[in-house]
Formats: sequence, structure tokens, C-alpha cells
Amino acid sequence: MTADFLLNLAQAIVNGLLTGMVYGLMALGLSVIFGVMRIVNFAHGEMMVVGMYLAWMGFEYLQVSPLLSLPVIALLFFGAGYLLQRSLISPFIGRPEHQQFLLLLAVAILLVNASLAIAGPDSRGVQMESQFDSYEVGPLVFDAVRLHAALAAVAIALLLWLFFTRTRTGKSIRAAADNNLAALVVGLDVRRLYAFTFGIGAACVGAAGALMITIIPVSPFLAVEYTLLAFVIVIVGGLGSMTGALLGGLLIGVSEAVAGLLLQPSLKSMFSFGLLILVLLLRPQGLLGKGSQ
Amino acid sequence: MSFVRRLAGNAPPRILWSLAILLALLLVAPAVLGKYWLSVLILILYFAFVGQAWNIMMGFAGQLSLGHALYAGLGGYIAAGLYFHYGIGPWAGLFAGVAVAVLAGAIVGYLGFRFSLAGVYFALLTIAFAEFTRLAFDHWQWAGGSGGLFLKVEHATDIVNLRGGPVLFYYVILALAAGAFILCRALLRSRLGQYWLAIREDAEAAQAVGVPVLRCKMIAIVISAALTALAGVWNAFYYNNLFPETAFAMGRSIEITLAPIIGGLGTLFGPIVGAVVLTGLGEAFTDLGDVLRIPGIKQIFYGLALLVIVMYRPAGVWPWLANKLGLTERQS
Repeated sequence: MTADFLLNLAQAIVNGLLTGMVYGLMALGLSVIFGVMRIVNFAHGEMMVVGMYLAWMGFEYLQVSPLLSLPVIALLFFGAGYLLQRSLISPFIGRPEHQQFLLLLAVAILLVNASLAIAGPDSRGVQMESQFDSYEVGPLVFDAVRLHAALAAVAIALLLWLFFTRTRTGKSIRAAADNNLAALVVGLDVRRLYAFTFGIGAACVGAAGALMITIIPVSPFLAVEYTLLAFVIVIVGGLGSMTGALLGGLLIGVSEAVAGLLLQPSLKSMFSFGLLILVLLLRPQGLLGKGSQ
Repeated sequence: MSFVRRLAGNAPPRILWSLAILLALLLVAPAVLGKYWLSVLILILYFAFVGQAWNIMMGFAGQLSLGHALYAGLGGYIAAGLYFHYGIGPWAGLFAGVAVAVLAGAIVGYLGFRFSLAGVYFALLTIAFAEFTRLAFDHWQWAGGSGGLFLKVEHATDIVNLRGGPVLFYYVILALAAGAFILCRALLRSRLGQYWLAIREDAEAAQAVGVPVLRCKMIAIVISAALTALAGVWNAFYYNNLFPETAFAMGRSIEITLAPIIGGLGTLFGPIVGAVVLTGLGEAFTDLGDVLRIPGIKQIFYGLALLVIVMYRPAGVWPWLANKLGLTERQS
């Protein structure tokens, strides 16, 4: 009995960790955008859903696996994010929060309803050949789709880390995030860097969408849930911190899976919001955030 | 009369006359308007009222709440639950509903302001409390759980139990909206109102010159929660049903914020103008959507309209309109 229970618990933790990697990648996009330009992307879940739909369409109409269409989707999202920042968001940087909120809310409404108009309200999923494959490690089972998605998410996060620490553009973006006035003074093109950053944030969430569709079917109504989930993850991890977003993703992934096992499945997000309230009150900078806001 | 004179203060007579004429027109409107137009007017007044309530917190005191569905939902659920289970009418039940919402507002406010969460962080805290409550109500059987709570639809007018047709609800929401307008005017002209504006502009400077910042913020959230809870009670008895998925939804909270933001944050006429613009657009796009028959098309037009307004009138429609009409509102 207890051995069974421990095994179930371990299995739930494994599944939670794997899904949590993808959550982390999604939240990374939100965190990068906020960390650099202090804009909260209220359209984040909507962007995620659009990424999921694109991957679904690639699979349904062109028979391309989401893992293969991922680079294309990420590139498209990068371009769209870059243009969106340049055209709409740029004038709103530094404006009052309620104006930024309204702008991104309008973008969110447009994205989710465009998805609804094009793909309809039904839930859409992909049935891949690897759907029922799994790897067994001792008594634990790793679903192939989840494992592949998690590995891809880790690989993308690593690439981002290399970008931000090793390339000139990446370092410039971090400089602009630390002190945008100083960055301007030393001659960095901050406007272009901001657009680049929004592109990278969008690419993260697009890629996360392509991975998520292999785990869960998509419907337009998921968008708000993902926006809230991304908020929870980045606040828990530390808004603006990259490793914090990944860690927060794992934490929320595991806590959802374990809460789903121990309590009613419908109570699992109550647990996440409870955690969010605690972190906001006790450590508003997040688990890995820097000292002061 | 001295209260009225004080309230009117230095407002230009043109505005006072226009308001008097508007009120007279609204009072006779049900006699003239058909069912459809009356329902549109009811929606406008509802959004003007909750907008006014939200505006006290964000427009006056500068605290961004994106979780106001919490107070509307609590007010509505408590009053409807008391009526449903024990036959306690809403005129008594609203006190319980408002009390619970005020308590919730005081908790959210105290925790948030005590730990000096500001801006986005405070907004996320309000969202978290609303979502947490939504999930709790999903599992609370007294309130009907996720299956919802339903009140019996009755057509005979029964003012004691707030049962009846649209005309009854029209006059109730008109009284609420007019009352909130007068209350906000009085608040803005009071010392408290001046403190709020000081906090909104620069909380640290306000603290430094001796404004009791924490207490003022608490008063703002408590008044705002109480008024929003009244809107929730009205809403529950007007629609006769309540679901956690809609009563506490993020979408409901967002809906409450739109009229004041679009109309003009921190102004008295902003929430009213915003409610007219948004309800008008919503109805027009619904008709358009019926013609085009594409799912989501109504929302797409709505999103585009919001985008255009926030890009070209980021401070809201009313300040611009007031300027065009040669009126200037002083308080912001």
C-alpha cells in the first residue's frame, strides 16, 4: 500500500517535472520581456495558444511533427514579436501600467478570437506515433512525448543562456535591462534591443506552445489559464529572473501533479494560487529574484 | 440645501443643468423605450456604477486592482445564497454581502499595502485572491458549487424581495449609479480625496508630508469593495443565476476596469462616458457579428476598438471630449 503510494507519488513528480520544463520555457518568455522593458505581457497565454494552433495546423495539414515545426514557429514568433514591439508596444514603454495593460489586453482579445475564428471552439490535439511509447527507468515510466518536450525545452533554455552570456547582442540586452539610460549613453540602440527582446520572449512562448501541443490538446479557452499560469510561475521564481522562471516552472509543474494526485484534480490550481499569494507576501521579489524591486 | 450647494461647489451652471436634464430623461426613459433599448441602458448604468466603484481605488488612490470580480462575486453570492436557503430578502442580505466583501477587501488591502506591494505586484495579488476564491466556490456546496446557484424567475413585482421585471432593476441601478456619482464627487472634494490624489501622484512624498498613506489606501479599497459588492447583489438578482466560472472570472474583473480606463481614469464623468462607448460598441458589434456569422468576430472588432482608443486617446475619451466641449474638469 505505502510502496504503491510512494511509487505513484514518484511517478507524479516525474510527470510534473517533465511538464514543468515546458511551463518554464513559456514563463521564460514573460520573464525576459518584463526583466528588460518592465512590460507585463498580458497576452502571454494567448500567444502560447497561437503557438499551439500553428503546431497543430502543421501536423494536421502538412503532416509535420510539432518538434520539427518548432524552429519555424519560433522564427515566425520572433518576427511577429519584433514587429509588434516596434509598432504598438514601443510608445507605451514607461507609460502608466493601466495603459500598458489595456494595450496588451486588446492584443490578447485579437489573438484569441482570431484563433477562434480560424480554428473554431473545439479542442484540437495531435496524435503522434510516439504517443504511447515510453521509457522505463526502474519502476518509473517516462512518457516519450513528455520526455522529448522537456528535453527540447531544456535545449532551448540553454541556447538562450548562451545567447545572453556569450553574444554581443545578448550582453547589450542585459546592459539595457540593468540601466537603460547608461546603455543609451554608451551608444547602444536601446529601441532595437527592446524589439529584439520582445522577439525572443515571443519565440520562447511560441516554442513552448509547439511543445505543449504534444502533451495537451488546445482550445481558445486555455489562453487565460496559461496567462495566469505564467504569472504564477514568474512571480514564484522571481519576475525578471531567467533561472527563476525555469525553477518556478518545475515547482508549479510538480505541485500541480502532486496536488492532482493527493487532492481532487480540480483543486490543483487553487494550490498554485495559494503559493502565489504566499510568495507575493513573504518574498515579492520571488525565490530567485534580486533584493529590492 | 447647503449640502447640495457644497456638492455643486464651483461647477459651471451648464454642467449642473445638463446633469439635471439627463437625470430627468433617465427617469422617464422606461416609459418611452422598448425592451431592447431599456436593456442597453441598464447595461450602461451597471458599467458606469461598477466603473465608478473601481475608479475610487485606481483613479483616485492609484492602486491597480485586476481582481474586483472578487467583491462583486462575494456580494452577489452571499445575498443570493441567503435568499435561496433562508428566504432572507436582498435588502437585508446585501448588508451581509457587503460586509463579507468589505472584509475581503480589507484583507487584500492590508496584506498588499502592509507589505508595500505596488503596481503590477499588487495587481497580481488581487488576481490571485479572485482566482483562489473562484476555485473555492467551485467546491462549496452551500453556494451550489460549480453547478451554479439559481434564483426562481418571477415576473410579479415584489420590491421587498427585489423580484420583478427590467423596469424595477432599471430604477435600482439608476439610483445606485447616481448615488455613486454624488458620493465620488463628495469624496473628491473632501480632505480624503486630496490625500488620495497625493498618494496617487507620489506615495513617498505624501507620506513625508504626513498623509496617513496606509489608512487612506485602506479606506479606498473598503469603499470600492462595498460599492462593487452592491453591484454584485444587483447583478445576481437581475440575472437570477451565479456560476463561480463567471462571477469570479478574470474576464469579469477586466470588464469592470474598462469603462473608467476608456472613459478617463480619475475623472467623475469618465466611467459614465466609458460605459456608453463600450456598451454602444459591444451592441453594434453583436449585430455585426450576427450578420457575418464568424465565431469571435464580435470580439475581434471589440479588440480593435480598444486598440485604437488606447493608442490615440491613452488618457481616455472624456478629457478629450470635455476639452472639445469647452468644459474642464478640475479634479485631475
